[in-house]
Amino acid sequence: MQMTEPVAHQFDDAAQQQQAATLGMWVFLCTEIMMFGGLFTGYTVYRHAYLAGFAAASRHLDVILGAINTAVLITSSFTMAMAVHSAQIGKRTALTGFLLATILLGCVFLSIKGVEYARKFQEHLVPGPDFQFDPGLRRQAYVFISFYFAMTGLHALHMIVGIGLLSWLVVGTMRGRFSSAYHTPVEITGLYWHFVDIVWIFLFPLLYLVERHH
Amino acid sequence: MTSHIVSPKIYVVVFLTLLALTALTTCVAFYDLGPLNTVAAMTIAVAKGLLVILFFMHVRQSEHLVRVFVVAGFFWLAILIVLTMSDFMTRGGDNQIPHTATAIIQTRNPA
Repeated sequence: MQMTEPVAHQFDDAAQQQQAATLGMWVFLCTEIMMFGGLFTGYTVYRHAYLAGFAAASRHLDVILGAINTAVLITSSFTMAMAVHSAQIGKRTALTGFLLATILLGCVFLSIKGVEYARKFQEHLVPGPDFQFDPGLRRQAYVFISFYFAMTGLHALHMIVGIGLLSWLVVGTMRGRFSSAYHTPVEITGLYWHFVDIVWIFLFPLLYLVERHH
Repeated sequence: MTSHIVSPKIYVVVFLTLLALTALTTCVAFYDLGPLNTVAAMTIAVAKGLLVILFFMHVRQSEHLVRVFVVAGFFWLAILIVLTMSDFMTRGGDNQIPHTATAIIQTRNPA
């Protein structure tokens, strides 16, 4: 049975309704750009003023784990794109598989992030009374590490929400909600997941690769 | 958007390019290029972001109205960063950081 979307009365047809959903998602993503943008701007201001401390603290992050996590997230974006493609051509089994692969990669990313966070606690590199660093650069490094936790933390929160949305799509797919004629939720969630990937594409060089060559 | 189905081959090419750029940005960071290190890192990040937006997020095939919103979002981000930095980068001497933030950090974490 081919599922089609009921068209709400304010739309001419299903295509226009789908376009409105895409546009609405981009409006939401614009607000996300502004939310992360505030953090990126704050980061840029302090990096400009505290370059020495930022470079010293950045060297305490594990560049190998950071690069692996970037690759994991890019792979998850690829599986998400393939999930949307499978939905477009109406292949339900492939859609379920790609959605599950995306969820799995998201969990791998969060696990690696968890390992990194745990190490920061062991190394006393967490904002708070326990923070330890070379006294000369302590205050600057403190700001860097605070940005590190705020930015990666907000990003990780978005990943958790994304995994929740993907799980909801898996349930929907298994109940036969999506077809080549109607798969708007898959497309929209794809846009969200790719956006979260883009945020990390910028976080990786900004946090892990500050003045690494010294 | 639904009417334009992209071939999976394109997704594979974009995916491999993104992985290659990740390796490139990581390697380049370990060579001393002076101020060009930051320029290289940000250029590669923007290139990767564009690939994701244009191909994975289908903006290449989307209607003009969606593109206007996408461009507006990033344009406003550029205003936020460029105008803020045009202030901070042209301040002299000790006046670089908003004091209140510095003061708070000092009180909480005496050096």
